[in-house]
Amino acid sequence: MKKMRFCLALLLFLLPLSLTGCDMFAEKAEEGQDVLYVYSWGDYIDAEMLKKFEEETGIHVVLDEYDTNESMYPRIAEGAEDYDVLCPSDYMVSKLIRNGLLQPLDFEQLPHARQYIGEDFFRQVKTFDREGKYTVPYCWGTVGIIYNTRLVDDPVDSWQILWNEKYRDNILMQDSARDSLMIPLKLMGKSMNTLDESELMAARDMLIEQKPLVQAYGVDDIRDKMISGEAALGVTFSGEAINMIDANEDLAFLLAPKEGTNVWIDGWVIPKSARHPENAHKFIDFMCRPDVAVTNFRHLGYSTPNTAVKAQVAEELGDNAYLAFPPEEVYEGQESYRYLGEKLDKIYTRIWLQVKNSR
Amino acid sequence: MRERLSARLSSHSFLALPFALWAALFIVLPLFFVLWTGLTDGAGRFTAEHLSTVLQPEYLRALKLSVELALLSTCICLVLAYPLCLILRERRERQGLLVFLLFLLPLWMNSLLTTMAWQTIMEKHGIINMLLSALGLPGVHLINTPAAIVIGMVYNFLPYMVLPLYVSISRIDESIIEAARDLGANPFQTLRRVLLPLSLPGIVSGSTMVFIPSLTTFVISALLGGNKVLLVGNIIEQEFTAAYDWQLGSALSVVLMVFIILNILLEAFTNSGEQGKKRRP
Amino acid sequence: MEKLKNTYLGAIVIFLYAPILVLIAQSFKASRYRGQWTGFTFQWYESLMESEKIMEAFSNTLTIGVTSALLATFLALVTALGLRQMGHRGRMLFRGLANVPLLNADIVTGISLMLLFLGLGLRLGYDTILLAHIVISLPYAMLCILPQVLSMDDVCYEAARDLGAGPVLAFRKVILPELLPAIMAAFLLCFAMSADDFIVTYFTKGLGIETLTTEIYAELKLGVHPEMYALSALFFCGVLVFAALLMLNYKVIHRYRKVGRREAAV
Repeated sequence: MKKMRFCLALLLFLLPLSLTGCDMFAEKAEEGQDVLYVYSWGDYIDAEMLKKFEEETGIHVVLDEYDTNESMYPRIAEGAEDYDVLCPSDYMVSKLIRNGLLQPLDFEQLPHARQYIGEDFFRQVKTFDREGKYTVPYCWGTVGIIYNTRLVDDPVDSWQILWNEKYRDNILMQDSARDSLMIPLKLMGKSMNTLDESELMAARDMLIEQKPLVQAYGVDDIRDKMISGEAALGVTFSGEAINMIDANEDLAFLLAPKEGTNVWIDGWVIPKSARHPENAHKFIDFMCRPDVAVTNFRHLGYSTPNTAVKAQVAEELGDNAYLAFPPEEVYEGQESYRYLGEKLDKIYTRIWLQVKNSR
Repeated sequence: MRERLSARLSSHSFLALPFALWAALFIVLPLFFVLWTGLTDGAGRFTAEHLSTVLQPEYLRALKLSVELALLSTCICLVLAYPLCLILRERRERQGLLVFLLFLLPLWMNSLLTTMAWQTIMEKHGIINMLLSALGLPGVHLINTPAAIVIGMVYNFLPYMVLPLYVSISRIDESIIEAARDLGANPFQTLRRVLLPLSLPGIVSGSTMVFIPSLTTFVISALLGGNKVLLVGNIIEQEFTAAYDWQLGSALSVVLMVFIILNILLEAFTNSGEQGKKRRP
Repeated sequence: MEKLKNTYLGAIVIFLYAPILVLIAQSFKASRYRGQWTGFTFQWYESLMESEKIMEAFSNTLTIGVTSALLATFLALVTALGLRQMGHRGRMLFRGLANVPLLNADIVTGISLMLLFLGLGLRLGYDTILLAHIVISLPYAMLCILPQVLSMDDVCYEAARDLGAGPVLAFRKVILPELLPAIMAAFLLCFAMSADDFIVTYFTKGLGIETLTTEIYAELKLGVHPEMYALSALFFCGVLVFAALLMLNYKVIHRYRKVGRREAAV
């Protein structure tokens, strides 16, 4: 009797578990060869293009999205999921490379990438991917200042305007240690990849000094607030700026403040743990095809390194063409972020914490 | 007869066994995982390093601010909810149910969306300021201040105060209140000497249920504080996502557990007079 | 005095419903961006059905909510029946344990469960969210069911047993009708807790799966899709209808319960 009761109790306990545990204990399933796991920024690929890829190749695409490079990294490092294609930014690519998490690409399998991706972008890639064998650039842009011409009457040409008392409570900054510290570092004429702690501390102090003027560190989007006229000045990426200007024509964008800025590149890479590298190559090459690149560009609005796109869309962009396809002198000689190592990572986190809870 | 009966009854206590297993696996064990992660280094050796990091000024400041804001919103919730429950207590049956439903329905609305709606209400060109300027009044600066965060907390957690408080206030026997009145107590005295002591368990559990989520939220402070006001929840979230320092995040969680244990003790203390089940003679 | 009381109730109702009205208004607004109040449109309601991401998140929320609420209610009922026969101290211990997730901070619960799941080598995904939701809603179910079970009268059950009913039949005919309102309340509360939970889900979810709350949070950075407002407006209307039905049926249920109890007693 006792035994039976115990069994019954065990059964009652296992019931909820068994109902939930169907595939939890399963080994990572063997789905065969016709799948591809893509892990990319949110809303970064036109859904139609994914369908088209599936139709043309018969490869089923599973798309997961992340919102920051930092939230993507642990998933790859922990090896919780085996993704086939990622789309990290420059410094994250170099972090992944340094920690041995990527596999070199086989450019033989990427004819469209070789044909259509601009030479100068492969050159820029080498600032964070020294040998240039891991990355195919997908999007790029600068970090600049979006401003509302009705609310700002000073000329906007320098980062210095973000420290102007006149715009108290009217400035939106990025909630990101890298993008925020880059600005005072550039103002001081230093490198954004500096390893010198005293320079970082000076930059921190400038941000703390600026904080009373800042309306918010954009966690929820700078986009909404700029469009509705809640703020006069905001730090944002060039692709985002085009979307904002489309929605509110009072807005204008400064691509590169005179002190210099960050040129960022998001590129396709294949992690070492990928289980479908062949499909991954097919996917990356597909994304470089001119027709696909054009559709993605129209969807996303971010600058593309694909040389075939500009000719097709320049006309419909009108004035914004300058923002979407900046002339070479804008990005020539600008820096890109590099991975600075674990110690600096910790310092950046700490500094950002100090800035955000100062005063 | 009685023996047979009690034998049959006690035979059912095995039904609590599944829960015991459940609690061990999903309530107790996970907390040990947090302790373990917070108190060891990567190689599994014991270290107080992460715990002592917590004592650095920027962490302490966030903790202090979190405690202050949480206390404030708990007090506001209590002050708002108490008269409400007294009023609800008077409305019996049908009308009472209607009013009660009215207060429960917002719980079914997604709290992230309602918090965002508060952003729309409170921002510079938001609804409050639009109304004020239409009336020719000067605008108020609410968004991205601690005040906005407190409003968000009160909005989100008020039902957690109302529910337990309502239960314990509605249980108070009307005749006790009448007796107090008959004996010459004025309304204030009745409140202080009769209602408050009798509803203490409700006050305590309601306060706990508002204080803890207010102390540890990271969503409300991010949305309504513009990330300018850093609470301890925000730091923990950062450590687990962006900063990828799970040990430090766990150590901070361990610190929070201290508050939770305090709360459980408080709860146990006020509830020690648990009403036992009716035993038949 | 009565007027003052009504004003007070009214003020709190306005406080509680203001953001909901704002959300509903936003679902009819033409601009895709939050602060831009231009034009009136039904288009978000039309495009809602086509938004696969939102519909999938919605169905995840619904199925996880219903399943976890069912399981939590079931477990709470079984446990409560067991606790009834337990000594005072044992019961206090169990109650204390059951209350831990309730009193614990969501962020600590979420993180501790995530560490547990990863420590056990499970894959984070649908199932881990489901388990986590049972963990967080169980105390609410206990809160609803336990007091009812404890104050239940033994006599009817014993009488039924003495008259030859097996334990299952006696349970079904006697105990269940008595506990039905508490069980319903527990189920609804658990569902609400599960559907509205963000923090615990955020930490225990795997990739490729979103519930409504995590989907909204993900969208925050790029601007929430207005379809989301349309969905929540519809959902809220559904809840309103449900509540209205409940009100209308209140008397019926009340009567039914009394009858049920009398029948059971017979």
